[in-house]
Amino acid sequence: MARTPLYDAHVKAGAKVVDFHGWDMPIQYSSIIEEHKAVRTAVGLFDLSHMGRVFVKGPDRKRYLQQIVTIDLGSMTHGRCRYTFFLTEGGTIIDDLLAYEDTKADVSLLVVNASNREKDLAWLAKHAGGYDVEIDDATARLALIAVQGPRSLDTVRTALDIDPSALKYYTFDDFPVLGSKTLVSRTGYTGEDGFEVFVAADRAATAWKAFVERGAKLGLKPVGLGARDTLRTEAAMPLYGNDIDDQTTPVEAGLLFALSDKVDYIGRPVIDRQRREGVAKKLIGFHLEGKRIARHGMDLYRGPEKTGIVTSGTWSPSLEKSIGLGYVKPDHSQGALEVDVRGRREKAAIVPLPFYKRTNR
Amino acid sequence: MARPEDIKYAETHEWVRPTKKGEATVGITDYAVKQLSDLVHIELPKVGTAVEQGNPFGEIESVKTVADLVSPITGKIVEVNPKVAEDLDILKAQPYGDGWLIKIKPTEPNELNSLMNSKEYDEFIESSEEDEEETEGEEGVDEDELV
Repeated sequence: MARTPLYDAHVKAGAKVVDFHGWDMPIQYSSIIEEHKAVRTAVGLFDLSHMGRVFVKGPDRKRYLQQIVTIDLGSMTHGRCRYTFFLTEGGTIIDDLLAYEDTKADVSLLVVNASNREKDLAWLAKHAGGYDVEIDDATARLALIAVQGPRSLDTVRTALDIDPSALKYYTFDDFPVLGSKTLVSRTGYTGEDGFEVFVAADRAATAWKAFVERGAKLGLKPVGLGARDTLRTEAAMPLYGNDIDDQTTPVEAGLLFALSDKVDYIGRPVIDRQRREGVAKKLIGFHLEGKRIARHGMDLYRGPEKTGIVTSGTWSPSLEKSIGLGYVKPDHSQGALEVDVRGRREKAAIVPLPFYKRTNR
Repeated sequence: MARPEDIKYAETHEWVRPTKKGEATVGITDYAVKQLSDLVHIELPKVGTAVEQGNPFGEIESVKTVADLVSPITGKIVEVNPKVAEDLDILKAQPYGDGWLIKIKPTEPNELNSLMNSKEYDEFIESSEEDEEETEGEEGVDEDELV
């Protein structure tokens, strides 16, 4: 089992630790709902060091990457982050990731799912033939700490003595953190304002401690994977393995904003065809009438007809409702649904996404 | 929490307390409440429902999982605690008191002998926690577990 540089800190804080794709990770420290509310109303601290961080360097960096990511790298200026995909030839999703464009250092940073890192590295290697590039998996030497919530900026200033207020959403820059040059981005997976700090592994525990101690007066709480899931579900951000996988395409998942029509990439012919001719299933969000929770894999019905399947479902602490994401037939992407919750049908209504949108933009 | 010594415990984490009227009060243990965490919803049966030892009589759902409520004894339900469904916090505060779930008129009183006393249950929890550590890796975040 792999452990992040912050494992001891989690155990000391009384976290419940679970196996998450081969990593010992905190699922919760206190209560999922309390941690969730800390992020929505104050600030939460996350250890994301299990996520894959891969640098791509070399003279052919952009030309090489452009064949396997779905965004237009040429349009990204220095310091930009963008959500994108690796796709199969069939247009289905190998992974979803954030790409960071560092033009000054001539480097791309890819932040990928922990569960897909090995697969992604193999995919990157497979397409590197004939290109002068270097692929550098920095996952072990860099930790990743996320600070999310309306008080995240104050927290970062207080804890790290840096001022990232000039960063716009989905941009990054280098800052001096604990004596070393550290990448900080204004990104996240919670639907709140927030920052992600790529701190050197040997400084991670010190940085974490500074956040916990100096953030306390701002209401900071460490947040586990349990609340990370409820937060991202409210924000309708897809989770690989739940809402998207190698059987679904970004068109079906409604993630068109991450698909450039200006560049050629693996899978594009299928994407183009789906955009032209339509898809057989569509990702939607729904509220349940009652309090039972729709879980991944449960069947969705329109009247007597099975129309699809639940991909994520949880209790929404912000809305105080049972919410879910799932695929349905395109004709059924509005109106009423029923969810088969362990043999009993529960009434649901399709609603616009996201479920939760922050007001303090 | 020191577990009451005057009640019996099931491996599925329910408890039973015989009453003076020849009935049995049933609830779930502090351990079950803690494991579930963040309770959202409970479904309890109606008075008059027949229940059987080892079979579900309801369900309890938390943010991360859902669990069957399993009857520790056989009989007929004579009372359902109306307060629990309205305020799941009672389960956290008083799992062995005001957080009781149902009362059963038992038809097989001998079944009580098949259940654990508090010391046996303490040991059962300890050993199952050790097992859990050993089998980590097969467990998912969303796994259903029996209460």
